[in-house]
Amino acid sequence: MNAPLLELKNIKKDFFGNQVLTDINLTLNEGEVLGLVGENGAGKSTLMKILFGMNVIRDTGGYGGDVLLNGQKVNFASPFDALAAGIGMVHQEFSLIPGFSATENILLNREPQKKSVVSEVFGQRLNTLDRSAMRKGASDAIEKMGVEIDGEMVINDMPVGHKQFTEIARELSKEQLKLLILDEPTAVLTEREAAALLDSIRGMSSRGIAVIFITHRLQEILNVCDKVVVMRDGEIVKDVAAQETNVTEITRWMVGRSVNAAAASHREPPESDTVMSIRRLWVDMPGETVRDVSLDVRRGEILGIGGLAGQGKLGIPNGVMGLYQAGGTVTFEGKEIPLNAPRKCLDSQLAFVSEDRRGVGLLLDESLEWNIAFPAMQIQDKFLKPLLGGLIKWRDEKAIADVTKRYIDELQIRCTSSRQKAKELSGGNQQKVCLAKAFALEPQFLFVSEPTRGIDVGAKALVLEALKKFNRESGVTIVMISSELEELRQICDRIAIVSGGRIAGILPATDSSEDFGALMVSQVV
Amino acid sequence: MSENVNKANRTFTDRARDAVQSFGLPRMIIAVFLLVLFIAAPFVGADFWTQVTNLFNRFSWNAVLVLAMVPMVHSGCGLNFGLPLGIISGLLGATLSIEWGFTGLASFVMAVLIATPFALLFGVGYGWLLNKIKGGEMMIATYVGFSSVSFMCMMWLLLPYHKPDMVWGLAGKGLRTTISLEGYYAGVLSRFLQIQIGKLVIPTGALLVFALLAFLMWAFLHTKTGTAMTAVGSNPTFARAAGINIDRTRMLSVVMSTWLAAVGILMYEQGFGFIQLYMAPFNMALPAVSAILIGGASVNKASIANVIIGTILFQGIVTMTPTVMNSMIHMDISEVIRIIVSNGMILYALTRRTEATR
Amino acid sequence: MSQNNKKETSAVRKVLGFLGANSVPVMFILICAVCIPISGFSPAYLLNEIVTRMGRNVFLILSLLIPIMAGMGVNFGMTLGAMAGEIALIFVTDWQIWGIPGVVLAMIISIPLSIALGLLCGKILNMAKGREMVTSYIISYFINGVYQLVVLYMMGSIIPIKHSTIRLPRGYGIRNTVSLLSMRQSIDNLLAIRVAGVKIPVLTFLIIALMCLVIVWFRRTKLGQDMRAVGQDMEVARDAGINVERTRIISIVISTVLAGFGMIIYLQNMGNMPTYSAHSQIGMFCIAALLVGGASVDRASIGNVFLGVILFHLMFIVAPSAGGKITGDTMIGEYFRVFVSYGVITVALVMYETKKRRAKASLGEQLRAAQQEGE
Repeated sequence: MNAPLLELKNIKKDFFGNQVLTDINLTLNEGEVLGLVGENGAGKSTLMKILFGMNVIRDTGGYGGDVLLNGQKVNFASPFDALAAGIGMVHQEFSLIPGFSATENILLNREPQKKSVVSEVFGQRLNTLDRSAMRKGASDAIEKMGVEIDGEMVINDMPVGHKQFTEIARELSKEQLKLLILDEPTAVLTEREAAALLDSIRGMSSRGIAVIFITHRLQEILNVCDKVVVMRDGEIVKDVAAQETNVTEITRWMVGRSVNAAAASHREPPESDTVMSIRRLWVDMPGETVRDVSLDVRRGEILGIGGLAGQGKLGIPNGVMGLYQAGGTVTFEGKEIPLNAPRKCLDSQLAFVSEDRRGVGLLLDESLEWNIAFPAMQIQDKFLKPLLGGLIKWRDEKAIADVTKRYIDELQIRCTSSRQKAKELSGGNQQKVCLAKAFALEPQFLFVSEPTRGIDVGAKALVLEALKKFNRESGVTIVMISSELEELRQICDRIAIVSGGRIAGILPATDSSEDFGALMVSQVV
Repeated sequence: MSENVNKANRTFTDRARDAVQSFGLPRMIIAVFLLVLFIAAPFVGADFWTQVTNLFNRFSWNAVLVLAMVPMVHSGCGLNFGLPLGIISGLLGATLSIEWGFTGLASFVMAVLIATPFALLFGVGYGWLLNKIKGGEMMIATYVGFSSVSFMCMMWLLLPYHKPDMVWGLAGKGLRTTISLEGYYAGVLSRFLQIQIGKLVIPTGALLVFALLAFLMWAFLHTKTGTAMTAVGSNPTFARAAGINIDRTRMLSVVMSTWLAAVGILMYEQGFGFIQLYMAPFNMALPAVSAILIGGASVNKASIANVIIGTILFQGIVTMTPTVMNSMIHMDISEVIRIIVSNGMILYALTRRTEATR
Repeated sequence: MSQNNKKETSAVRKVLGFLGANSVPVMFILICAVCIPISGFSPAYLLNEIVTRMGRNVFLILSLLIPIMAGMGVNFGMTLGAMAGEIALIFVTDWQIWGIPGVVLAMIISIPLSIALGLLCGKILNMAKGREMVTSYIISYFINGVYQLVVLYMMGSIIPIKHSTIRLPRGYGIRNTVSLLSMRQSIDNLLAIRVAGVKIPVLTFLIIALMCLVIVWFRRTKLGQDMRAVGQDMEVARDAGINVERTRIISIVISTVLAGFGMIIYLQNMGNMPTYSAHSQIGMFCIAALLVGGASVDRASIGNVFLGVILFHLMFIVAPSAGGKITGDTMIGEYFRVFVSYGVITVALVMYETKKRRAKASLGEQLRAAQQEGE
């Protein structure tokens, strides 16, 4: 009996003790198309990284279990080994040389060459390129793909879909290709292009190439895949033939988990007036485009914003707070807040804890004192001593140290002193510093974006508790954006789900996971 | 977390090693080299106190030019290779002050006053340009400096200066390449409160002026605006999210840098005793840049201590190598050593990963 | 009707775009057009000068093309090659090898020196990715210090120099000027022909033509393709298995070696060598000339080199005399041309940086337009 093309046995992976994959078992036959679905953080991309021999896996201690290719155990030392073994991968980010033509990109570093006298003497890199063979090789690959693209067109001039196809053609041009991994390839395609891609996947499969197809568009999976594998929390929860299931079922498997503590601490949502209303907001945040969002936030509530990655949930706070180019109207306390002006938002007593801790949230090279006190000092003239009758605003080191110490105690920030540099703290403690920074502003309204991303369980609970306390005790309205639905359900009153850059719906946090799941995939782009 | 615990338990030797590490190997070598020169000086017949006096003098000439690096480094504009632009403002102040007949201390004060509007004007233009090309500041700053110096070469010839002390004797117009400041402000600061103990002479006045400017700089960095400037240099995105107007802050730092360069060249001239025009400002940026780097600054972090240590080390090498090395090996290779050390130091700073972790 | 209008506006836009993209050469053509009549030089004289200077400079400027292709910007480190060429010439002069053999030998000696310096420069530049230009600029100063150490102090004391004609009177070190009379214009004069009073150094031009062909050929090689790939996106190139660091170093080494040859060709034409200043100016003039020809920091062609040499040197010849006629002081013209050289480099650098930023911004514009269409 023939061994399957690919077999994964008991694959395990942890990042520094944080288990992200547990006992993954999977088989894939020649020409089979497998649809891999799951929420963000379910472990899909980690699994693919293992399969593709990415460095990050080895740098973090390797993985457990076996990968078998045609019945042979393999362990790739680098993506190049994986490529040699016939595995190709099309990543979400394009890996193309912008000034090269499609042909040049398809055959990048694998160009057919002609020997010459010079290259005999000075080595192979002085071979001349065989342009006509290149054209032929590229057009063969394009033909194999079944989607028409112009081989001579420069990447820069291409519509985004064609770039995607160029990437796929590059993988197809590799003779040894047996398995192609497509990581959300349709995310950037128009409907027509996506349909063409699905056709081309069928074509590949009939040619004996197995495909692993990762997407959030569930209908596509049902259209093209032979079987569907659903991942959740680092495990495979379902492995089923595509004909035997439907979108609703898959959605339930994706998000459904035993509903436990979630609703425990729920209160009656405060029935109060609208404190902020957002109308027709668009935000140009790369990868998190917001298209047309209208949303009312009630005074004193904790509103959750959830949704899949890339659907635009992060764009909302970043746009309102002026960090990315945005349009539309935002009214706070009856007054319109100008967009694209961070200062104006902060002056109106709004605050924002960014999801990008290291990039936006912290002054990594400065002390905790600076990090926590800086915005309050600049916006509200706190922690300053007026000298010479207010002519000079002198930094009040003692007040800064005091407030920092207060938040260190309150939020249990682990550090050697309040003068320690922010970059020396762990992720969870850095997050607490970001919160402290926002708290120090004593805002009336707080955006918190992905407050628990990449921090350990203990810190997570603390951060959520602190937010809740801040809301209850200071009466601050909080809008919390998170990829983790369960976390939102733990502390929010209502949860809005963003899909395709729009609000797909707003439900009370007590509603079932399935309902939220259905909203998440409703308008996926 | 465990790392933090370790940190608390660190012994003194660990801290000492850390201090050396943060001080940096090249700085260490330069400091030791200078120390050796000082120790060797008496053996080769150079008088120790004369050497120290020299060092004091050179320090008082150059320190303000090095101080001019600080604001732009703080705001993340990098090392100010465009220093010549500020120097030109200073030169305009100096020549106009003399042209208009001021002498003595008044000529110095007036030079500073006249240079100020020029420095503001040039600084605003320069800052506007640097705001348009964020990320490519250092290379463009270099060439802005060069262009302005060569442009002024034409202007020194064309501008209607008439003071006989300054223009070419024969033609009666066009400024000379070197103008003596005797009777104007040569030494006006260094002679003020000058202290003389045996062979040691301390130019107290000049040192005091530097101390005042350094104090003002230090104080500025402790104000609200100064804090914002440091934050912009440390992480511009953070600063923007905290409502800081980045372009305006950078502009302010460039103007400050330019003005300090203008004052710096006047300080240099009062010590040196001459105004040098035409191509002279051309290569004045590199010594100042390498001095602050030797003092422990990096491309985006600098303090007043860096300025003082750096100027002492750099000027120490400049003054000591000719005397000591010449007597030892009978070759005047000091100039070459200076070129290698200063540019080597800049290279070292440029090739290190930017210390800001982003 | 409206389509017609659109066509017209697009034509106007094209012309404006062309002028905008080529503003530096256009500006230079204007400067030359104004200065040439004022200077009063005869066309024959100008032609003769231009031909001479082309033979002298083009090879040097060609050495800048390859690092630009590899995305490392304008190689201010070309002065390293120039220094290698000078050291080689000092040796050859000392050994009294004359004429063409001397030139060829100097080129051969310069190769290992250039390679060593190029490797060093390439390695350092790999440590300073993203600020190659300012780093290569400082490297040129740094190596200049080392060069002085070697030539001014070690030659004659440690490195044997026999002939006192090139040694300083004190016994070691090389004189400020080394006479290259023995090989002066030996390449230029071989096969030289005169056409209507203009001397054409045919052999030099042949060498230059050959070099151009080599560069054209090089672009078609695997290595050339790799360099272009590395120049546009290092990460993508690395993912595709190209050895990025090595490719960058090779580009700098090639550039340095060519600059060494170029310097030797340049100096044999001049006939004497200012030992301590020849290389420091040559870098600036070559870079300015290339940029005047319409090249930018990330894009340069052989055409840019020739156009640049012609325009830049035309300005260089006429500026002092034109300046003298206008202001009555020839120094003005001298300073003017120095100012223009620096100014051109400044403008080109600023244009490059703003273009880079505009490219980023336009990406956002596109997205927004797409969204608004959707609304």
